[in-house]
Parts: sequence; structure tokens; C-alpha cells
Amino acid sequence: MFRNQYDTDVTTWSPAGRLFQVEYAMEAVKQGAAAVGLRSTSHVVLATVNKAASDLSSHQRKVFKIDDHIGVAIAGLTADGRVLSRYLRNECINHAFVYESPLPVSRLVVRLADKAQVCTQRSWKRPYGVGLLVAGLDETGAHLYYNCPSGNYFEYQAFAIGSRSQAAKTYMERRFEAFNNYSRDELIKDAIFAIRETLQGEKLTSSICTVAIVGIGEPFHMIDQKIIQEVIDSVEIKEDAAAADQAPAQDDDKSSEAAPMDI
Amino acid sequence: MALRRDWVYENNGGTCVAIAGTDYCVIAADTRLSVGYSIYTRDYSKICKLADKCVMASSGFQGDLKALQKNLAARHLIYQHQHNKQMSCPAMAQLLSNTLYYKRFFPYYTFNILGGLDSDGKGCVYTYDAVGSYERVGYSAQGTGAGLIIPVLDNQLKSPSPLLLPAKDAVTPLSETEAIDVVKDVFASATERDIYTGDKVEIVVINASGIRQELMELRKD
Repeated sequence: MFRNQYDTDVTTWSPAGRLFQVEYAMEAVKQGAAAVGLRSTSHVVLATVNKAASDLSSHQRKVFKIDDHIGVAIAGLTADGRVLSRYLRNECINHAFVYESPLPVSRLVVRLADKAQVCTQRSWKRPYGVGLLVAGLDETGAHLYYNCPSGNYFEYQAFAIGSRSQAAKTYMERRFEAFNNYSRDELIKDAIFAIRETLQGEKLTSSICTVAIVGIGEPFHMIDQKIIQEVIDSVEIKEDAAAADQAPAQDDDKSSEAAPMDI
Repeated sequence: MALRRDWVYENNGGTCVAIAGTDYCVIAADTRLSVGYSIYTRDYSKICKLADKCVMASSGFQGDLKALQKNLAARHLIYQHQHNKQMSCPAMAQLLSNTLYYKRFFPYYTFNILGGLDSDGKGCVYTYDAVGSYERVGYSAQGTGAGLIIPVLDNQLKSPSPLLLPAKDAVTPLSETEAIDVVKDVFASATERDIYTGDKVEIVVINASGIRQELMELRKD
């Protein structure tokens, strides 16, 4: 009831101890197109749904390479994401210049989180309206972090952000315990499936999703559209066959279940 | 050794050479690092790959060279992030010139040669002074042995000399193997008379198929 009274300024607390402007910024993330990340011990995969402003325009870029060993996927205000990516790239370049070694992922996310926190405590600023899934590899292994506009960050085995991300989260919740032992290709496949969950029955094609991977011996890069399409096709063939034969459910059991409704 | 507080540079000696051909570029530098009359190491690379088709070799103060190489490498990364492609050799040439002039009043003590393929795939060599004055040429030498080498290149490369006016396209008509042989010969000759040149010469060849490197032994005295 009192939400509107205390939400003009980011520096105004509500009586319940909340900063509404920050929460509104997190809403912006929830409205953005979905992005998912999955991690094994040796690889991290990011996948996003590409929304186009109209049929005439190009797709929004939601995955950015930050350095050879780090990439991010964003959801929310993509302009804010672009600016933050530039900041992250700069931090990596400066660290490598001084220390001749790649910036550890955990240090990068802390710097990003601190930058986001500043915007929650200055009256002349506004919080960044973008959530970032940071995927990276360093000496301590493969990592997936989520940085949110509040300045918080968490490490995840798998996570999804953006609209209808709950569907992807539910899909991954059932499987995440096995992710650590997944091979590179299994991880890519599951990322594509998780993205498909967010599409709510819409046809999944390689043109509307972007998949990127980073891993041991493999610098961060986007996966070629052809390969993504092959993965999609190979699974759909299996699914059509299973549906046609009425065969016992495959271990993934995809064909027989409806896409879970999002909240 | 820097015993004077008003002289912070050192000359580490050495020689660099680059030759541009119709579809290749040869860049070479010896691997000796000296101070005064002493040799610090016989195995120091003065050549740095800046971009896919762009290589820089420099003689002079290697401390400044290291810093310059790191600077350019970082700027190249930023360029790649912004433009989604590698820098061309002419673009890198301009960047190097600007970077050097930026420190006009506390210069990088490096005498640079940039070699590579331009956007048409033709060999290009750019030669610099310490503060960024540069020119595209068909061949160049820098360093302690340069004075011994340039007259030989003028004679052997059968290409229009950079001293001609109007400036003619100075790319040599020699083949890649012939140019590499010329490079090996001039280094062997410079090694005989220049005390700072010797040990090994690192030869880098850039052509359409990529970059390859070879090492040739030189006299160690």
C-alpha cells in the first residue's frame, strides 16, 4: 500500500526496510528475454533467447565475450548490459596488463557487484537494469555467477534469468546434480533444452537462440548456428520417433511432458 | 648501468630488418641483449606479433619495448571488442605512431619496424623513429647494425629506393625464399662487424597462409 510513497528515490527506505527502486530494477531483469547458464567441472555454457524489436530489425545481442576465459549473458536493459560489458572488458585488460595473467572470475564479479552497489546508494544515480550471468574459467575451475542490479552476486551450478525463466529453472532443478560430470556436448544440449522450456511451445530454431561456451582448452566463443540447429534437429528427430512409436519414455522424458507453465 | 639519475635509458643493442614483397613480408631481428660491453642473454626475442597479419620488431631499450608491446596488445584487444575484427597493418601503424608521440617528452627509447600484409594482401613495412615519425617503405633496418645493412638492401633488393622522389611503390620483386636469403646474408655480414649483433636471428615470415618463424644461428663472438 505504501509502495508508491517510498519509491521515488533509490536512497529512500520503505518502512519495511526495502529499497523499491532497486526492486523495480530487478523487475526489469525479469521482463527481459530469457538467458540460462549451466556449469560442469570443465565447461560453462550460456544460452539466450534473441528477441527482435520487429521483424525488420536485427536481434538484440545478449551474449558478450569479456575475455578469452570469461563471457556474460544479460537480461533486462541491454544498453546497460553493453556498458557493463565494456567495463568488464576493461577490468580484464588492465589486470592482464599488470599481472600477465587472466583475471579470476570471482574477482571480476566482486568488482561488478561493487559497481552495482554504488548505484543503490547515490541519489543522482539509478541502479543498472540488467542481470548478468557471468561464465568463466580460472585456476580454481569453471564458474557461473549471477550478478543482479542490487549489487548481490551468487555462484550457481545452473541458473536462468529473464521472462519465463522459472520454466528453465524447473527443468534444470531436476538435473543439476549430474551437471558436474556432463560432457561438453551434453551441457550444450541441456542448455538448448532449458531455453526451449522458456519458449512455451514456440518453435525452437537456431535463429532465435544464441549459445556460447567456455571451458578448459576452449576460449569463450559463440557456437555456430549450424551446430545449434543440428543439436535441435537431432533431438526433435528422437522425439518424433518416440512419439510415433509410443516407445517407453527416454531417460530425459521430454516428449511426454508438457512444458511447465511459468508462474 | 644507470648510475646517473638524469639518464634512465639503456641501449640493449641489436638489429632489426624487414622486407616487403608482393604477397609476403619478412621481419627479422637478432636475439642478443647487451649492456655496455656485456651480453645479458643470447636468447631474447625482439619480435612481437601484434595482430593476425602484423608483426613488430624493435631495437633500442628493451624495457621500453616490453611496455610498448603490452600497450599495443591491450589496445588491439579493445579494438577487437569494438570492431569485431583484427586491426589491419596500416591501422596498427597509425596506432603505433600515435602511441609513440604520446610520449614525445619522455619517449619510448625504441626504434621500431612494423611488418605485415595490408588489406590487399600485399607486403608492407613501416619504419619509425623514437617519437612516432613513420613512413611506409619496401624495406628497412633499425638498430646498431642498421648502418651496415641498409646500403646492402638498397643494392640487393632490386626495388626502388625509398630515397627516390616521387615515392615509388618500393615492394621488392624478389620471391619469398630469395628475400629470406638476403636477410640471412645481411645478418651474417652485420654480425661480423657489429659487436651488438649476433647469437641468433629470428626470422618471421607473414604470407597469406599465416605466420611462420625460423631461427638461424649467428656468430657468438
